[in-house]
Amino acid sequence: MSTTVSQLDQVKSGPWNGGRSPFAMEYGKIMMWFFLVSDAFTFSAFLIYYGAQRFAQVTWPNPDDVFQSIPGIADHGYPLVFVGIMTFILIMSSVTMVLAVEAGHRNSKKEVVGWMVATIIGGLMFLGCQALEWSHLHHEGYWWGTIPTHYEGIDKLGAQQFANLFFTITGFHGFHVTTGVIINIIILFMTMANVFEKRGTYLMIEKVGLYWHFVDLVWVFVFTFFYLV
Amino acid sequence: MSSIAIPHAGDHGHDAHEHHHETFLTKYIFSQDHKMIAKQFLITGIIMAFFAMFLSILFRIQLAWPEKDFPILEVFLGKWAEGGRIRPDFFLSLVTIHGTIMVFFVLTAGLSGTFSNLLIPLQLGARDMASPFMNMLSYWLFFSACVVMISSFFVESGPASAGWTIYPPLSALPQAIPGSGTGMTLWLASMVLFIASQVMGGINYISTVLNMRTKGMSLWRMPLTIWAVFLTAIVGLLSFPVLVSAVVLLIFDRSMGTSFYLSDIIIGGQILPNEGGSPILFQHLFWFLGHPEVYIVLMPALGLTSEVIATNSRKPIFGYHAMVYSLIGITVLSFIVWGHHMFVTGMNPFLGGVFMITTLIIAVPSAVKTFNYLATLWRGNIKFTPAMLFAIGLVSFFISGGLTGIFLGNSALDINLHDTYFVVAHFHLVMGSASICGMLCGVYHWYPKMFGRMMNDKLGYLHFWMTFIGAYLVFFPMHFMGIDGVPRRYYSFTNFPFMQEWLTVNVFVTWAAIIAGLGQVAFLFNFFYSIWFGKKATQNPWKSNTLEWTTPVEHLHGNWPGEIPTVYRWPYDYSKPGHEDDFIPQTVPFSETMSSNLPHDFEGDAVAEQIQREWDKEHGVERELHH
Repeated sequence: MSTTVSQLDQVKSGPWNGGRSPFAMEYGKIMMWFFLVSDAFTFSAFLIYYGAQRFAQVTWPNPDDVFQSIPGIADHGYPLVFVGIMTFILIMSSVTMVLAVEAGHRNSKKEVVGWMVATIIGGLMFLGCQALEWSHLHHEGYWWGTIPTHYEGIDKLGAQQFANLFFTITGFHGFHVTTGVIINIIILFMTMANVFEKRGTYLMIEKVGLYWHFVDLVWVFVFTFFYLV
Repeated sequence: MSSIAIPHAGDHGHDAHEHHHETFLTKYIFSQDHKMIAKQFLITGIIMAFFAMFLSILFRIQLAWPEKDFPILEVFLGKWAEGGRIRPDFFLSLVTIHGTIMVFFVLTAGLSGTFSNLLIPLQLGARDMASPFMNMLSYWLFFSACVVMISSFFVESGPASAGWTIYPPLSALPQAIPGSGTGMTLWLASMVLFIASQVMGGINYISTVLNMRTKGMSLWRMPLTIWAVFLTAIVGLLSFPVLVSAVVLLIFDRSMGTSFYLSDIIIGGQILPNEGGSPILFQHLFWFLGHPEVYIVLMPALGLTSEVIATNSRKPIFGYHAMVYSLIGITVLSFIVWGHHMFVTGMNPFLGGVFMITTLIIAVPSAVKTFNYLATLWRGNIKFTPAMLFAIGLVSFFISGGLTGIFLGNSALDINLHDTYFVVAHFHLVMGSASICGMLCGVYHWYPKMFGRMMNDKLGYLHFWMTFIGAYLVFFPMHFMGIDGVPRRYYSFTNFPFMQEWLTVNVFVTWAAIIAGLGQVAFLFNFFYSIWFGKKATQNPWKSNTLEWTTPVEHLHGNWPGEIPTVYRWPYDYSKPGHEDDFIPQTVPFSETMSSNLPHDFEGDAVAEQIQREWDKEHGVERELHH
């Protein structure tokens, strides 16, 4: 009888039949993924607004003219060089983050600490560059609600919306980078305090890594919309 | 049924040990237990609901007797009701905050927050939510949002008054109306906190449903409540962030001198410098959240009702798969219909036509659900518990309010009906009354699970009939006002000759609202009295199949003493032919129900089917064996 009974009551053991994670993934990672999807919608809404405004205006400032300076070196004549450097820094910080995650897989605490420090420095450098660029533009007369006096007539409208959107959207992205740096610092301290060593897994590095890469990816879109097209 | 008994039920010492270092603060205030957090959401939601209901009575008094003084109003409203008459701008504040609180704080957080937290772990067989800490954070962010929203009644310029949709330019310009000053700032701050709470709650609900189902609980064995709150969480997660963007841009317009939503404005003879923005873009961003929000409000109510109707009809839910697919259909469609709120903004008529078609398609899954409810009730062995009455009430409101949605979704008819009382009648029936019925149905049904005691039935019946009849008396006449062209949000009907004849109807509606409001006192008393003095509940008072009724009446952290039960069947085996009881809980294995097993129960397992066939032959049972 017992064999027949067990046949009737057999519970399927497929990935979706309960009792396990269907993706063999820890809950925190799923939560991070869903948060990122959600955050992607926030940025999409901003960028769609940007597109709608840009199509509505007759003129729009040429990024090659607006972004010409390299703070501390040259005031003009180098279109997009500085933002290129910024983008390179941010992408390099993603690379160091990948290396930190990889070191985490090998439970190598020392390497994790090294690469996390590198990532944090990259993030701070990016934020510093952004601050320099903002203050340069502010100095030229761009700000929320104001534009340089050399815009005239019909050009004023597009330039104003460009300035409003530039500071709002890069500001919102900068806010995300700041949050990311803070989280990275917390994780760094947790690593140094042997929290993950005791836990036996460096999964947390992977989760903050997801966030960090997302912030980089968003920058690629922001960069494209404001500086390239 | 011996099989309901939980393995290791006697193993109490271990759990008592886990409990004894809980303090009042960790147990009741900063609790990380999903059952306690659910109760926190519920009680906060109830308080907010009564607050918002009180606001509605205030503006109903103004609508019914615009020429009369009520000195008592001045006593507690002060300068907002000078001489006992509510001021026009405060009237708009009342309407705005009533809508905001009801939509967001009661029917979103109060409904989803309560029942997602309570039922996801209990019905899926999990010890708690994926992240109890984030769950606690979600509640406290919600609570802070409530405090900030209510605090706007204590600032000099009064609460926000641009309507719950806060359309700019009205909401963006403090000089336009007093409510667009500090009150609006607080509204926006409150909403940011609220959205943070929703996102934290949402990712928690989703990952719990995906990751933490007990053994045997495949997606197609989940109760419809779980499907509903799961899909609701997805809708919320994708739509609320867009409101964040809309709110951020509005904040910049208000305080940084930008022109995202502003252009060509002359106010009080003064020309504003803002140029180039578009208020229509705000509406797009707002309604990309705003329309899915309607389903965030409604879907959990539909889920709760499905469960209660099946249980109390003592029948399997009719068309379980169709119910799930129509929820999924509503989820997807909810994102592509937002334009139907904007037909009269000068939208391209072709685009209006597209939005009209997508809107009308939503009628299909909605009708599928309605007919499935009716078919479940049909020839059921109906138990008219208060919860069941409210569930049937939902079906009624869903039909009567849903039908007018077909009128409003038509882009040509909407030209006449837009912003009239017809719209007010429509959404108060289909999302207001229907959802609140779903929520109350949930409260009555799961009260024994939450508090271990029963609510009083007699008071429940009184509450139901006053609510049900009251809601129809309040909202039904508004259809006719709307068809006559009476606009919503107007302060006084006496200034417009064509509206004056509706004054008598306003008086009638206000009395109906006051009486329905008094009916809620029966609920309030019943709810709080029963927490301490209600009849002690048994473990499974409604003879229900789902997992939450296998947990002990006394709550314990981790829900089940000993092992989490395994699930063997779907949750709707009610009145299964051949079984002696009219319900078979999900934890009962098929080997214990040989007399009622059907071939499709084995999901294609040929060996099991063969065993069943042999048993049938041995016991002389004739069963249809092909499927």
